Amino acid sequence: MVISIGIITFFLIVSLVLGIMARRGKDMSLEQWSVGGRGFGTIFIFLLMAGEIYTTNAFLGTSGWMYGKGGAAFYNITMLNFIIAYWLTPKIWSYGKKHQLLSQSDFFTKAYNSKGLGIVVAVVGLIALIPYLVIQLKGLGIIVSEASFGAIDPKLTIWLGTIAMIVYVMISGIHGSAWTAVIKDFLILGVVLFLGIYLPVHYYGGIQPMWEAIEAAKPGFLSLPERGFSASWYISSIMLTSLGFYMWPHTFVAVYAAKSGNALRKNAIMLPIYALFILFVLFAGAAAILQVPGLSGGNVDLALFKISTQTFNPVIVGFIGAAGLLTAIVPGSLILMSAATLFAKNIYKAVKPNATDKQIGMLARYMVPVFALIALYNTFSGGAAITLLFLMGYGLVTQFAPAIICHFLKKNPLTKQGVFAGITAGVIIVGWQAVTGATMSSLFPSFPPAIQDINIGFIALGVNIIVSLVVSIVTQKGVTVITNPVEKVS
Amino acid sequence: MTRKGICYILSLIAYFGMPIGVLFIRSAEPYIMGLPFLLFWMVLWILLGSALMMIVHRLNPDVHEEVE
Repeated sequence: MVISIGIITFFLIVSLVLGIMARRGKDMSLEQWSVGGRGFGTIFIFLLMAGEIYTTNAFLGTSGWMYGKGGAAFYNITMLNFIIAYWLTPKIWSYGKKHQLLSQSDFFTKAYNSKGLGIVVAVVGLIALIPYLVIQLKGLGIIVSEASFGAIDPKLTIWLGTIAMIVYVMISGIHGSAWTAVIKDFLILGVVLFLGIYLPVHYYGGIQPMWEAIEAAKPGFLSLPERGFSASWYISSIMLTSLGFYMWPHTFVAVYAAKSGNALRKNAIMLPIYALFILFVLFAGAAAILQVPGLSGGNVDLALFKISTQTFNPVIVGFIGAAGLLTAIVPGSLILMSAATLFAKNIYKAVKPNATDKQIGMLARYMVPVFALIALYNTFSGGAAITLLFLMGYGLVTQFAPAIICHFLKKNPLTKQGVFAGITAGVIIVGWQAVTGATMSSLFPSFPPAIQDINIGFIALGVNIIVSLVVSIVTQKGVTVITNPVEKVS
Repeated sequence: MTRKGICYILSLIAYFGMPIGVLFIRSAEPYIMGLPFLLFWMVLWILLGSALMMIVHRLNPDVHEEVE
């Protein structure tokens, strides 16, 4: 137990030191701090984006889904988002470079020539980011508390992890996240491969025998059911998340940090192979199904750790805990930085245009602990509603997709009024759905199951697109059609 | 057909190939490479999709336009 705590502490300190050292030799202007001076090559972008794949959600959530929902969890093995990324991210990058953009909200301000729209996007982005950060912090608490065999209070861990994050983000900005991502990736790959191979072999004598044992105990568990998490749920959810994946404010920032469009293209080709390692997280979660039965509700997220602490000595559990700690800290730090930049540059600066760049840079840094505290407060006070908020967050950021994609068409059919109305309508529907828990089958009770199981996120997106187009057509009359004379998009 | 056109078609195949197949998968059997069929299908399309996107990257005229 002491050993496992020691290992976790060691990795926390190493990541803190690396994060602080990452600053060396750089003057920390806001551009350096938040997008690394746009100098990150294929490898660093790869590591930052990979941070998006291996969050605490992938580690705990994916194994938990495998444990609780079976075949529906296979949707995590997909690369549809990277196909969209291949075509879209180089365009976002070159537009960002051309106009020196630092945030997602900057993109809207520039592309639609509207400060108001920039503020709306910044506010929606912030609302979506906070629950995402809360998820990382909650995961951090679970991981370290489980890995220390219950000896460390989750609250203490959450505080310590958050303080480490605040310190290196304030000092080194995105450079700190990139360097911590390096250790994180090696550690997590090792841990995931080890768990995913060892557990099935140890308990079942192999991978296929494990699946057969599960299928024998729970017939049909490893394919999709006819209703509920059915094929139409599965496909619609994958397509929806493939649109939302790159719409998070912090993912946008990671795109700007690239050195070239080709760095992003290569990255989009390489990342799917890396995502394949999620397969081993699924193996580990599946191994737990028959070995630590009886977890339900939110507790399915504990499956991976329950089976680990039951199987391994404290040294190995310590390494698993350290890997888990880093899966929370790396994405967490990126989220914190994006939230702070969004607030300083896109809300404060928009309201007070005469603030100097230096003041904005300082404010962004001082907003880091503020957002960390807001997230901490929600972590300690929020209950089950967090998962709800997270799904809502994904639904919210997906609403940006139509306006961003349309901007890169030869002739953009959308006006700023159209985008404003569309995003507002989409956001209201996402919020309404999250609060009322409405589903397709409650809205359309007479429709066939194949339609009822479609992910409800499509409704918000569909309404958003229709409203955007209609309002754009109306507002285009008498106004010069908005084309994009500035950039030539190939 | 232009090279760009071929790139778009290959990308569409890489995107829709997996979802179309999922519609027809009804059971965990047959197990292939030790995986339930649905999981095998997902893994297969990560590999196929990546291979297709590598070809796309070779053909894509945008790649050479850019000075690194």
